Amino acid sequence: MSRVLSRQPLSDRAVADGRIAFYRHPLTVRLTHWVNALCLWLLLMSGLQILNAHPALYWGEISRFDRPFLSFGSGDGPAFPAWITLPGFQDLAGGRSWHFFFAWLFVLNGLVYLGYALGSGRVSRVLAPEREQLRHIGRSFADHLRLRFPHGEAARRYNVLQKLSYLIVLFGLLPLMLLTGLTMSPGMDARLHWLTALFGGRQSARSVHFFTAAALVTFFLIHILAVLAAGPLNEMRSMVTGWFVIKTEKRP
Amino acid sequence: MSSVTRRRWLQRTVTALGGLTMGACDRIAESPRVNSTLDWAEEVNHRVQRVLLGRKALAREYTDKDISREFRANGTTNPDTEQYNALAKGGFVDWKLAVGGLVERPLQLSLEELRSMPPRTQITRHDCVEGWSCIGKWKGVQLSRVIERAGLKPDARFIAFYCADTLELTLDGTGQYYETIDLVDALHPQTLLAYDMNDRPLDVPHGAPLRLRLERQLGYKMAKYVMRIEALESFERLGRGKGGYWEDRGYQWYAGI
Repeated sequence: MSRVLSRQPLSDRAVADGRIAFYRHPLTVRLTHWVNALCLWLLLMSGLQILNAHPALYWGEISRFDRPFLSFGSGDGPAFPAWITLPGFQDLAGGRSWHFFFAWLFVLNGLVYLGYALGSGRVSRVLAPEREQLRHIGRSFADHLRLRFPHGEAARRYNVLQKLSYLIVLFGLLPLMLLTGLTMSPGMDARLHWLTALFGGRQSARSVHFFTAAALVTFFLIHILAVLAAGPLNEMRSMVTGWFVIKTEKRP
Repeated sequence: MSSVTRRRWLQRTVTALGGLTMGACDRIAESPRVNSTLDWAEEVNHRVQRVLLGRKALAREYTDKDISREFRANGTTNPDTEQYNALAKGGFVDWKLAVGGLVERPLQLSLEELRSMPPRTQITRHDCVEGWSCIGKWKGVQLSRVIERAGLKPDARFIAFYCADTLELTLDGTGQYYETIDLVDALHPQTLLAYDMNDRPLDVPHGAPLRLRLERQLGYKMAKYVMRIEALESFERLGRGKGGYWEDRGYQWYAGI
């Protein structure tokens, strides 16, 4: 256990058929990844419950009811169906309770991750794209579209698209969710009105909150697709136990 | 682990997760223990915001040109009781605000008397718990001035507002609208008993003749059709004990978020 917790990378292990297992995800990353996944899932469902109470989005400080720029549902029954909301029946008060509870867990978990990622140098070591990777971003993009992923030694590090999307999610979308969420609070707005103004007003912040959530859902779908295409058992094992297996031999 | 047991384990996990999203979720969502755990967040929100906002942080105030053309009226839009209709018909000249409870000098204040006290005008944004916002101009007397005039007894901790409207018909009368706030909010400079909206006497849909403005919290805290206010040590014995009509129905007592 002490080896798992230590920051020293664990050494590779040979497994059958010339394959190598290497220690990819330290315990803190694995734990915070799953706590984050749980939080985002429940925040999405309770968030849609809250949106059901007034399923229209506006731009600016206030709601011009005759001019929403986006509205959901037919006005007949809830805009978002019960199976995707939490609680699974119309309950704004309940949705808010779930949302705020898991928002706090999300923030605390995020702080643990951030402290670890910055303290351990993981951001620059693992997540920051290397110059040579950025130069070949076009090829990496083409490979991804054909669902061709790096294997062998090249799979030891994240590829450039992976790095960029993780950076965007971790340091862009997730903080944006938190900040737009905060500005919607009339209490916080009394302290942080400059932040609300930065988003173009409270109703804009609410819309940005929604679109950022939609961007996270998009990321999630691509993320799952990539896991499935790259070898779901291996990927899953690495996020549960830390160990990721790579082939060292060239394919015939 | 052999691949067969692994597959079975995966299947079971997927089934469990699937079950959790469907029916089980509702059972969890309705369990009292889960709900009291979730309430922890309300407590934290309350405490953290009290520290961050303090007693004095002001809600943003806007200018005349920001005022919403359509200010939505939510909840009750007309109490429509015999007593209220009679008061409304007479332009509320017979209406009096009763101030009582843990005060040194119980008061009966007419609209005229309230209007003769030093007024405050503020253009603020009203945020409904449903998610929408409107901007309106409010004129009224600061609640702190009324409280000062009545004189709080030392054990007073909350101010309760009793309203003319019944939002839900119940046998025990707990469908009557009421609200409670603590003294930090009651004494805040923007906390008004408002009698004018957008330069006109408050109309019936928006709470005539008097409504509460509590600018750092959500709309449901801002009781309309206020008939009586009371200083209390605790709100446990009002309604169903949670401190307000919507609070009795699961909403957060602290609505700063």
